[in-house]
Amino acid sequence: MEKENETKAEQVVNPWEVSAKGTGKIDYDKLIDQFGCQRLDKSFVDRVFRLTSRTPHIFLRRNVFFAHRDFNEILDAYERGEKFYLYTGRGPSSEALHLGHLVPFMFTKYLQEAFKVPLVIQLTDDEKCMWKNLTVEESKRLARENAKDIIACGFDISRTFIFSDFDYVGGAFYENMVKVAKCVTYNKVVGIFGFTGEDHIGKISFPPVQAVPSFPSSFPHLFSGKDKLRCLIPCAIDQDPYFRMTRDVAPRLGYNKPALIESLFFPALQGETGKMSASDANSAIYVTDSQKDIKYKVNKYAFSGGQDSVENHRKYGANLEVDIPFKYLSFFLDDDEELEHIRKEYGSGRMLTGEVKKRLIDVLTEIVERHRAARAAVTDEMVDAFMAVRPLPNMFN
Amino acid sequence: MIDGVVTGEEDGRSPPLRREEVSPENMRKGGGVKIVVGDKGQSQASFSLRPWRHCGFHPIGEMGFSKDQLLDRLQAQQIQFSKYEHPVVMTVEALAKYVGHIKGGLSKNLFLKDKKHRFYIVSALADTKVDLKVLSQRLGLGKGGLRMAPEEAVAEILQVPLGCVTPFALLNESARHVSLLLDQGFKTQECCFFHPLSNDTSISLHIQDLDMFLNSVGRAVAYVDLEANPPVGKDQPPDLAALVPSDTLSITDVLEKTASLQVDSGVNSKPASVTAKASKLSSGSHKEKLANSAKSSSSFADPEKLIEEILEKASAVVLSEIKEENIKQHGEQLGAVVSSSIRKNLSLELKNLATMFKNTAYTEGFGAGTRCPAKRL
Repeated sequence: MEKENETKAEQVVNPWEVSAKGTGKIDYDKLIDQFGCQRLDKSFVDRVFRLTSRTPHIFLRRNVFFAHRDFNEILDAYERGEKFYLYTGRGPSSEALHLGHLVPFMFTKYLQEAFKVPLVIQLTDDEKCMWKNLTVEESKRLARENAKDIIACGFDISRTFIFSDFDYVGGAFYENMVKVAKCVTYNKVVGIFGFTGEDHIGKISFPPVQAVPSFPSSFPHLFSGKDKLRCLIPCAIDQDPYFRMTRDVAPRLGYNKPALIESLFFPALQGETGKMSASDANSAIYVTDSQKDIKYKVNKYAFSGGQDSVENHRKYGANLEVDIPFKYLSFFLDDDEELEHIRKEYGSGRMLTGEVKKRLIDVLTEIVERHRAARAAVTDEMVDAFMAVRPLPNMFN
Repeated sequence: MIDGVVTGEEDGRSPPLRREEVSPENMRKGGGVKIVVGDKGQSQASFSLRPWRHCGFHPIGEMGFSKDQLLDRLQAQQIQFSKYEHPVVMTVEALAKYVGHIKGGLSKNLFLKDKKHRFYIVSALADTKVDLKVLSQRLGLGKGGLRMAPEEAVAEILQVPLGCVTPFALLNESARHVSLLLDQGFKTQECCFFHPLSNDTSISLHIQDLDMFLNSVGRAVAYVDLEANPPVGKDQPPDLAALVPSDTLSITDVLEKTASLQVDSGVNSKPASVTAKASKLSSGSHKEKLANSAKSSSSFADPEKLIEEILEKASAVVLSEIKEENIKQHGEQLGAVVSSSIRKNLSLELKNLATMFKNTAYTEGFGAGTRCPAKRL
């Protein structure tokens, strides 16, 4: 595994930084090559449809989740009647969650429902405490607040275990962490993650924490006796390094390699040169934005691929490659037919940017409002219940 | 106990006054023995008091603590205090007439509310200047985010009469989410005066004892330099932000309030209005949003409300599909069209509703289970 070249001439993708080459877009083909994962093609989508007897999630249909490792093995095993469990997580660095943050959770919720499998969600409050220099109390508090937004995505409490590192690390989980740590040399971890001599030892010893939830023995209260249970990890592709390391270590510990299904980055409103950033309020739609905010942000900041004048636009049509409103619609407008219609009309110039933006505002507002209503129903007690170390007797039903 | 009115020397300055030194020893001797010390140092035994009487026109609810209950608890914790009875007072000036000459700091107590319906008691020495605008900024509520709470809130949340706002009100369950800010200045006083849940009495005690007492019932206390005016800006976060009550009411709180409230305080919606809303969530005013979330919260805990909401949404879709043009277009097939429309539009939303309902029920069970006392074998 080579260290990604971090000069400005190359794109940078790792868990702590995502930026394209120069002023261009992220080259996902190159990324797949570089990381060594597989493209998720249409045959997978069809297979999922057959296995689950329900319409595949919009993120699958529209290629938002576009890469994988060993997803075919998960599906093979599932066909044979072998179950798996899901593992995803969040680094709670801020209270402000935007739609890009919700993408993996929306998809994971679909997977949970479609395949009827359990899920563990890791809140890496320790990681954020270290990397963002937050106090322990603050990171724990943020973890709980983020948990509420995650729960609001609609996870089934009888199949879901949410945990924060500060609360849960210990016992069998920690035993696995030590086992993993023993298998990864200092040089290797520097090579994968780009640590330097200036980085504190907390950072260098963190990767096992994110690796071990892939192993069922880390959760004795859930998967006791099921050491061979497979794990599927839906995540954004920048998390790949953690799991490359994990997959490398797993066979040496006698565990199955976790499978991955990876998404691309949700583009910022201003365009595709990076990912949405929690520190730039106008680059993203937040789950706390009002309808007015959404309208304002989309109208003012969403990068348009339309032409500069109406005449030119009618003549040449919009550049759908860079048009953000259309891109966002492809993520969130569920109706395939309607999207196709917009693609044709906008691409040919018959439809104007304003109309597309208006449709986007409606779609986003509906999502955000629904999220808010669900969030309002999440109580501290509910968070406690989701985070309690308890058995989940019906997790495979 | 004999009813009697005996006072010390009338010094001509202040009206007759009872002073009672209440300590555990006194109470053990059979209660109510008071030592009244007149100006010239003579002492006369006097008799105990009339039963606690209601003051003003606001009966204390069943759940609120009474003055006597509070005083009993203070004694049980061996907290020293001096009790003074006087005619009902509604202002600090009026109180000063009766106890102003006695050593100790008089307190003025403000009951405040912010725009998100969170409540605060600010308790300060009478002389301390309290600027609501500054406080509002220091709490991170922006300028003008703090107002005096409405009168109904005093009765409903603090469960004390008007004019009787006091830190002791935090004893009440209804005041669980009220944040208390105490003037730093209290620490410099040997003792301070507060109303013990009734404004015909004041007790003076050391502020540390008040602190300890409130801590013992699980209430946090914060001392604030109320006259300070630190800058608040991008690089200087509001210094009192931690004192803002965390999070909104839980579902059970909302449910209780919806059931028992006569007064609409803006946080809840009355049950009748739950069903009247259309399916699309409107994003109008803040109040409406709160009312909406209160409404959906209660649908997640109550099967009847859940079904009502589902039927509302389904009806709305049906009604919107049954239009002249559709009837013309589909004729007999309209039923199938409407049916598939319902599925398409509502499937996801209703599944989410059902999941939240399930999660809420599970949480309630979980809560009950973890609080179950161990089985007696």
